[in-house]
Amino acid sequence: MPRDAAALPAAPVAGHGLALPREAGWWLLLVPAFLLMTVLYLAPILQVLAISVTEPAPGLGNYERLLTHPGLQRVIVTTLRICLVTTILSLLLGYALSYVIALASPRAQRWWLLGVLLPLWISVLVRAFAWVTLLRRQGLVNEGLLGLGLIDRPLPLVWNEFGIVVGMVHYMVPYAVLPMLAAMREIDPRLLAAARGLGASRGTAFRRVFLPLSAPGLVAAGVLVFIVTLGFYITPAILGGGKTLMAAEWIKLQILDLVRWGMGAMLATMLVVTILTLLGIFSRILDLRRVFGGGR
Amino acid sequence: MNGGHPAGPLARFLAWGTVFYLLLPITIVIPVSLTDQRYLSLPQEGLSLQHYARLLGSEAWLSAIGQSLWIALGATAVSVVAGTLCAIGCWRIGRRSSELVRVLMLLPLIIPSIVYAIGLYRWFGWLDLLDRLLGVTLAHGVTGIPYVVITVSTALAAFDPRLEQAARGMGASLGQTLRWVILPRIMPGILSGAIFAFIHSWDELVMVLFIASRQVVTLPRKIWDGINENLDPTMAAVAVLLILFTVLLLALDGAVRSRAGR
Repeated sequence: MPRDAAALPAAPVAGHGLALPREAGWWLLLVPAFLLMTVLYLAPILQVLAISVTEPAPGLGNYERLLTHPGLQRVIVTTLRICLVTTILSLLLGYALSYVIALASPRAQRWWLLGVLLPLWISVLVRAFAWVTLLRRQGLVNEGLLGLGLIDRPLPLVWNEFGIVVGMVHYMVPYAVLPMLAAMREIDPRLLAAARGLGASRGTAFRRVFLPLSAPGLVAAGVLVFIVTLGFYITPAILGGGKTLMAAEWIKLQILDLVRWGMGAMLATMLVVTILTLLGIFSRILDLRRVFGGGR
Repeated sequence: MNGGHPAGPLARFLAWGTVFYLLLPITIVIPVSLTDQRYLSLPQEGLSLQHYARLLGSEAWLSAIGQSLWIALGATAVSVVAGTLCAIGCWRIGRRSSELVRVLMLLPLIIPSIVYAIGLYRWFGWLDLLDRLLGVTLAHGVTGIPYVVITVSTALAAFDPRLEQAARGMGASLGQTLRWVILPRIMPGILSGAIFAFIHSWDELVMVLFIASRQVVTLPRKIWDGINENLDPTMAAVAVLLILFTVLLLALDGAVRSRAGR
């Protein structure tokens, strides 16, 4: 691309409004995607929202259960707890990783990024399977620790909340790194050097200069990770072993096993509403296209 | 950015630890898949390819791979055509008026697939698309659109709109402008989008669990059943093949991008 194109006199803006039929042609390009999206995506989802207030009886009966159904409340509390722990751990690990990547040389950055982006694209199932291999009773971690004599009984590492968190954090760290790294790359490293030159310790320079400047990226990453974890299905289903129930698995249970569509659709609607509300609140700092487009 | 302020020891320790944690499960399945034992374990006395042989000799696994491949190819075609045209349309029409369309296209990345999956279960029941290749292909194709919209939009951002105006000014029709001016220049973006749409379909499980049962058994579905029924080293062999396949596709994407950058 000729970089100097921008220096040429700007094209007449009038070109936009002068030919309506031409514009219409461009609108036609949207038709296939728009039709597919409305008929095959939006419609089924709107239907879920509709089911939540119409089955088994019209009204807010299903939502009332949020206040009265102890099993459902337990699932919601478990989901929120696991998502919160996952978000905090992913941010912590992701932040350290982004910090080191942002301060590394360009060549080293590429290797670090490979280590982050490769896991991002490996199948969730494959990763869950690998964690089972490592963490189960006769798994490699327990065998190794037993062999070294560090423990005398296998530790319960999987088919509980611990296993779920290990698998979920593993999935979410790359998602946390991308927005944080994007924010950190905009920080001028000379600011840190200047702070050190003026007598600040490494810790002070980090706390007073780098941390505040990278805060928007940290918040964006936090919201993104939390939103994505809310709807997790496969990882908790495999690593939880059916004992720890999270929202998505509970929805599946209602619909496929108990055929209680209203309840399943209600919790699904709550998921969507929660996610859209969070996005609405944070849309100012969270540029979705950048978050999802970055680094892929 | 590298301004003579290297990260401290604590940060480096955490970063190395995190990368180890990220790569550990992906690498550990390789030795496990080569084990000479009949259960999931590291090789004891020697390496063996028996589990790969069992995998590639199994009718059920090969059929699952074949079905996944056809679905992924079909879904990629749907995502690429719809997503590319949509991204070009939005780009040309301008930010404001097409903002809503763009937000709509990103929805599949935001809304959990469990919500979409239960909606589809009912919707496809009405459309008679349950447990059919066409149904799964369409569902994967629609949810793959965002990946293409993102990569093509990124490619278009680097494209000078005056080239298109010049072509139209010289009498090219919309079709000719698309074919000869716009598409060749954004091809790397389209290919990149196609690769990610493909990976999306190839790995997708949640929708498949709801809209397919007996006729359509994709590879992820087969793996899911395997994990829930019998954990044996054949699963590790599948996992390794899948990892290699993803790495290959990512390398392809890298090659496309670096050629585009030149």
